[in-house]
Amino acid sequence: MATAARSIDTQAPADNENPESVVVRFAGDSGDGMQLTGGQFTLSAALSGNDFATFPDFPAEIRAPQGTLFGVSAFQINFGASDIETAGDAPDVLVAMNPAALKTNVVDLKPGGLIIADSGEFSARNLAKAQYDVSPLDDGSLGKWQLVQFDISALTIEAVKPFGLGNKDALRCKNMWTLGLALWMFDRDRAPIEAWLKNKFSKNPVLADANIAALNAGHAYGETAEIGNPGSVAIPRTRVNAAPVEAGLYRTINGADAAALGLVAGCQLAGVKMFFGGYPITPASSILHALVRYKEYGVTTFQAEDEIAAIASAIGASYAGQLGVTSSSGPGIALKTEAMGLAIMTELPLVIINSQRGGPSTGLPTKTEQSDLYQAVYGRNGDAPMPVIAARSPSDVFDCAIEAVRIATQFMTPVMLLTDGYIANAAEPWKVPDMATYKPFPVKFLETVPEGGFKPYGRDNKLARPWVKPGTPGLLHRIGGIEKEVDSGHLNYSAANHQAMTDLRKGKVDGVAAHIPDQEVALGTEGGKLAIVGWGSTFGPIHQAVRKARAKGHDVSHIHVRHIWPMPANLGDLLKSYDKVIVPEMNTGQFKTVLRDQFLVDAKPLNKVSGQPFRIAEIEAAIEGALG
Amino acid sequence: MNDMTPITKGSPKDWETDQEVRWCPGCGDYAILKAVQRTMPELGSTPENTVFISGIGCSSRFPYYMETYGFHTIHGRAPAVATGVKLANPDLDVWIITGDGDALSIGGNHTMHLLRRNLDCQIMLFNNEIYGLTKGQYSPTSRVGTTSPTTPFGSVDRPATPCAFALGSGARFVARGFDVSKNLPEVLKAAHAHKGAAFIEIFQNCIVYNKDVFEEFAIPKGAEDHQLWLYDGEPMLFAKGTKGIALDVEALNLKVVDVVDGDWQAAGVIVHNVANRSIAHMLVEMPFGEFPMALGVLYDDPRPTFDAAITEQNAKLSEGKVPDLQKLISKGQTWTVE
Repeated sequence: MATAARSIDTQAPADNENPESVVVRFAGDSGDGMQLTGGQFTLSAALSGNDFATFPDFPAEIRAPQGTLFGVSAFQINFGASDIETAGDAPDVLVAMNPAALKTNVVDLKPGGLIIADSGEFSARNLAKAQYDVSPLDDGSLGKWQLVQFDISALTIEAVKPFGLGNKDALRCKNMWTLGLALWMFDRDRAPIEAWLKNKFSKNPVLADANIAALNAGHAYGETAEIGNPGSVAIPRTRVNAAPVEAGLYRTINGADAAALGLVAGCQLAGVKMFFGGYPITPASSILHALVRYKEYGVTTFQAEDEIAAIASAIGASYAGQLGVTSSSGPGIALKTEAMGLAIMTELPLVIINSQRGGPSTGLPTKTEQSDLYQAVYGRNGDAPMPVIAARSPSDVFDCAIEAVRIATQFMTPVMLLTDGYIANAAEPWKVPDMATYKPFPVKFLETVPEGGFKPYGRDNKLARPWVKPGTPGLLHRIGGIEKEVDSGHLNYSAANHQAMTDLRKGKVDGVAAHIPDQEVALGTEGGKLAIVGWGSTFGPIHQAVRKARAKGHDVSHIHVRHIWPMPANLGDLLKSYDKVIVPEMNTGQFKTVLRDQFLVDAKPLNKVSGQPFRIAEIEAAIEGALG
Repeated sequence: MNDMTPITKGSPKDWETDQEVRWCPGCGDYAILKAVQRTMPELGSTPENTVFISGIGCSSRFPYYMETYGFHTIHGRAPAVATGVKLANPDLDVWIITGDGDALSIGGNHTMHLLRRNLDCQIMLFNNEIYGLTKGQYSPTSRVGTTSPTTPFGSVDRPATPCAFALGSGARFVARGFDVSKNLPEVLKAAHAHKGAAFIEIFQNCIVYNKDVFEEFAIPKGAEDHQLWLYDGEPMLFAKGTKGIALDVEALNLKVVDVVDGDWQAAGVIVHNVANRSIAHMLVEMPFGEFPMALGVLYDDPRPTFDAAITEQNAKLSEGKVPDLQKLISKGQTWTVE
């Protein structure tokens, strides 16, 4: 997406006509269907022409004990009339479905922001589970916010009564009641949600009708409360205008779907079939879930017995002439490391996607982090260079996946594509690209003995060795993880040969730099007082923070690096053209260290490892601090 | 096991590379290599359609010596690499070369899943009951009491039985042979003829670190009395027909019986049925000493293969669908901005 400032000048959204954007967070128990509510609300925002960014934040437990603080699942959406690049710093509206959801989320709410609480869930038992001594709805502790409360549970049960559902099933319609209210608050159409519910519950029309009734009841409640229904509180209503965007077909996309589609597109541009070996792991599994449905695009998927088999099978497929792809998250990537070395040694194309999560070890499976950069760039035994690309947003994964396929097949090398938990799960609008505008990069398999004889480890002008499919007569050869002889590929442990092969492998990967775009300045000027240098999903908050600072007259620029290894050839000179360089990262300073090492620039870190994305304000503060 | 056009039979020489073979002089691997090179021209496969895939260990150097396509992978992972190769190109004739450490220790998981899935390939497990390439540590098949650099006071853990592991994992073909056996090519041919994962345990003499541990039954001549060669439809006789294997109905197990004047029926000797899974379980577990070593094809009962199922499902789901990338990326929750 392009950029624009996100601001709400008035503190509360109360009957606030046409704010630039609004941040709403739905929070409830992990069984309350908050992700679904958020997803459908996102659709309504999209259909209303808003730009948006979302941030699903859910616990690692599938069904954490009900009502507990650690079982809270939340979905935040920032939608508006201007370009949106982050899920928003502080919510304007918090929908809290129980005390635990209120407790864990209210601290983030803007002063003056609106709390909508389901008072029916604020029982003594649930209050105790959320570690409240007295109900926050009654003790005035929420004074700096606007509070509206009503018994959503009871209202929902009442609304779905005609359908004869049991109490449990009836209560499961609560999220649709809440969604209905939210749709009323932001003047959104219910029709697409109704259509979606009918489709979702096509095999159980009663449930579809009950959910639609709940949706309508929530909507009606907003209306009647507005006209001053006795005993109810007026609910503020906000209209957010459509964002001015380029004409065309748009869709919502999350990072996992973008990865799957980008891989399919990349393989088509390369003219090869795809083999995807995967093993379930959060938050990377969704890529396999998507690809398994694309068989007619020449995709074979394989759920392997473990992470090692997932990458090893992908390497086998690459050897056999398809593009092997595997994906995982940090712990799984660690298991794949030895096999990456094999792909480097055998010089086979391979794409490895790492949807980074909080680490080390099992770490924070459902939270986001960027702490696998060292692992991607350096984390293998031996001198084992491998190109690394990082995506900046859900839709950017599409282009990055194509780029990964291009480099892998053109240079006969494994390539790692870094995304993260935020990118994988978050959704944003994406202007569907015209595939005719992408330049194909067809693979040429070696099929006959070339002049001068066949050399399995001979090289082209990019230092890539030939790709030969087993089954090709006359080109029989053996490959393996043992050091190869220059050209012939025979076993060779000699000192001179190892030096030569190590240099060749390094030279090949370094040479990728000549085949990637020069580093551009994302916002600002070449040279100046301060550059904020980022990579990956920090793009949004950095961009907005730099925009805001520039609007205040600060000399600050934003540089966003997609090619982490090798880096663009001009990056060193570009960085040296600024007095100061700050690198915000969701780790303890990994890219900062790489930049210092590669270019001897005095890059300073700005680090956050809380499992949450950066806030714009945090980066703004760093800019103010650096420029005084 | 692939339906290939039979070609003019080549000679074993056609399957030899120009590479210097680097096993210890006298190693059992030489005999296995010769047996394979002798067998290949008989199978109807072409060198270019054949892929040898190995893990790590002495045995895993094997692909370098075969004039075919070959992939010397990493420790324990050959079955996983082979799975990718076969799924990407089901026409290839895939052979996995592995050892007791490679297949049952570091790669045990992959071996199990390859057999369970029934990938169409041959797995030759060279069992020498020792880690050779790392200089003689005891392995998962070493017998209790094996002394080695890591077990100077004798190993205490119970060994795995490769064929029992294979059967337990769901293998549909299980066979045994030994390095210097003249029958090895026949066993390899049977394995190749089986459509699906064919598991072959080959006892192999590591003359440096575990010399002659199989000498009671695995020598070229003189140990025949301790070998029970199994043939489908033939009675389970050994020791020149003077002994046989019968079912001990009371103990629900096998027993050795004497056969008088060749009357094996009278002695109750079982006729080998390669498709009988229950008997196969008993055969692989027969304790050597009290019983002879069961050799040859112990079990052979094909089932649909993993690669065929994947290919079939891919084809079925693609049937009648025209891949249109532009359409694919335009799906989902869409809207048009005028």
